[in-house]
Amino acid sequence: MTRATRLAIFAVAGAGFAALLFWSLVDLPDFGHYHWPYGKLLNAVVVNERHTTNVVGATVFDYRGIDTLGEEFILFTAVLGVALLLRKEREDADAAGDDVRDDALRMLGLFTVAAVFVLGLWVAAFGYVTPGGGFQGGVVLAGAFLLVYLVGGFRSYRALAPDSVVDFAESAGAGAFAVLGFVGLAYESAYLRNFLGIGDTGTLYAGGSIPLLNWATAIEVCGAMLLLFSEFLEAYVTPVSRWRSR
Amino acid sequence: MSYLPYAVAAWLFIVGLYGVVSSRNLIHLTLCLSVMQSSTYVLLLAIGYRNKATAPIFRGIHVGHPAVDPVVQALTLTDIVVSVTVVALILALALDVHKQSGTVDPDQIADLSG
Amino acid sequence: MIPLQVVSLLLVAASGLSVVLIRDPRRQVVANGLYGLVLVVLFMVFQAPDVALSMLAVGAIAYPLVVLVAISRVRGETYDKDEERR
Repeated sequence: MTRATRLAIFAVAGAGFAALLFWSLVDLPDFGHYHWPYGKLLNAVVVNERHTTNVVGATVFDYRGIDTLGEEFILFTAVLGVALLLRKEREDADAAGDDVRDDALRMLGLFTVAAVFVLGLWVAAFGYVTPGGGFQGGVVLAGAFLLVYLVGGFRSYRALAPDSVVDFAESAGAGAFAVLGFVGLAYESAYLRNFLGIGDTGTLYAGGSIPLLNWATAIEVCGAMLLLFSEFLEAYVTPVSRWRSR
Repeated sequence: MSYLPYAVAAWLFIVGLYGVVSSRNLIHLTLCLSVMQSSTYVLLLAIGYRNKATAPIFRGIHVGHPAVDPVVQALTLTDIVVSVTVVALILALALDVHKQSGTVDPDQIADLSG
Repeated sequence: MIPLQVVSLLLVAASGLSVVLIRDPRRQVVANGLYGLVLVVLFMVFQAPDVALSMLAVGAIAYPLVVLVAISRVRGETYDKDEERR
């Protein structure tokens, strides 16, 4: 069908759909008048039951852990798809023209890469005490490696994050999450049940198996992001003629 | 005025859908798809909000203080990180389409063959 | 509803519209970055700091990279019809 036909059909159907959508959202309770029990129950019991002060972190890794397992496998599958589409026969990346020679940039990298790396570790580690967690910390950790590419060139990045290590890290993180669920099954007769002793409220030593799942997620998200970055950066530094003939 | 967050969520969805339908460039289409995705985040967080409540972090706040719903926040934060990898997958598909047919215009891509 | 929430919601609606209406991908990346920032402000005003951190990290680190690399790989091969008309 032509573009004009498509837009005409969309005008009619879109108007009807928009009317239905706006009409269906009118009957929702007023904004701010929250009266469902699930949130109130979680806010009341989590700090006493798991000794973690971040209720969202406890929800992600313990109370709704099965949702997180599903999301992790979506992540894994999407990155698998990207690797299948973009990874070609592995010749050594002779990205000759991609070295960074600016001294000011390298000095900047000297200060910022380590700081961002430590920030990523901190956000991931304190995920169940203050806002943060494995997902956010994993992305920031991958950002530190990306900063290495920006100030040091593709070869430095490749030396720091080789394919074998990144692939292993991503798979190990996803597998560790699933395996920790089975440990919960063995100890407490329910999959992904919390199985270590809960510790002291508000410290790092709290939450039972939540810290383990937190770190497994951080490693997996960092590995997945690095794999994504590697594929895209390799596509970027390949000369256009060789890109077209692959 | 209390209907505004839901209206903004519906508006973002419709606007993103219009962008997807009328796009001439697969990369533009992908970013419009991400606008549609973010409309669900706004809707989820609007449902979970509670008047005069604080974030569900109880460090320095005693446990009885009203807080917003933590479950919708848990769903949304995992979804944001996962959606960027799905956007990367769609962009990789667009690059492959460009390699096969030389264009990223959805109207110009020849019909599937073989 | 406090006025800060009203203003953030209106800004989100406007930025979302701008992401769709800007057709050139190279400029749309900038609009997408602004949209991500406004969403972070909205999530903070809705008392969701974890979600705001998530969107901030993703919108600053992952989104610009993947979209810019995709644009650079298709540039020079096709032209945008809007550019041709101008």
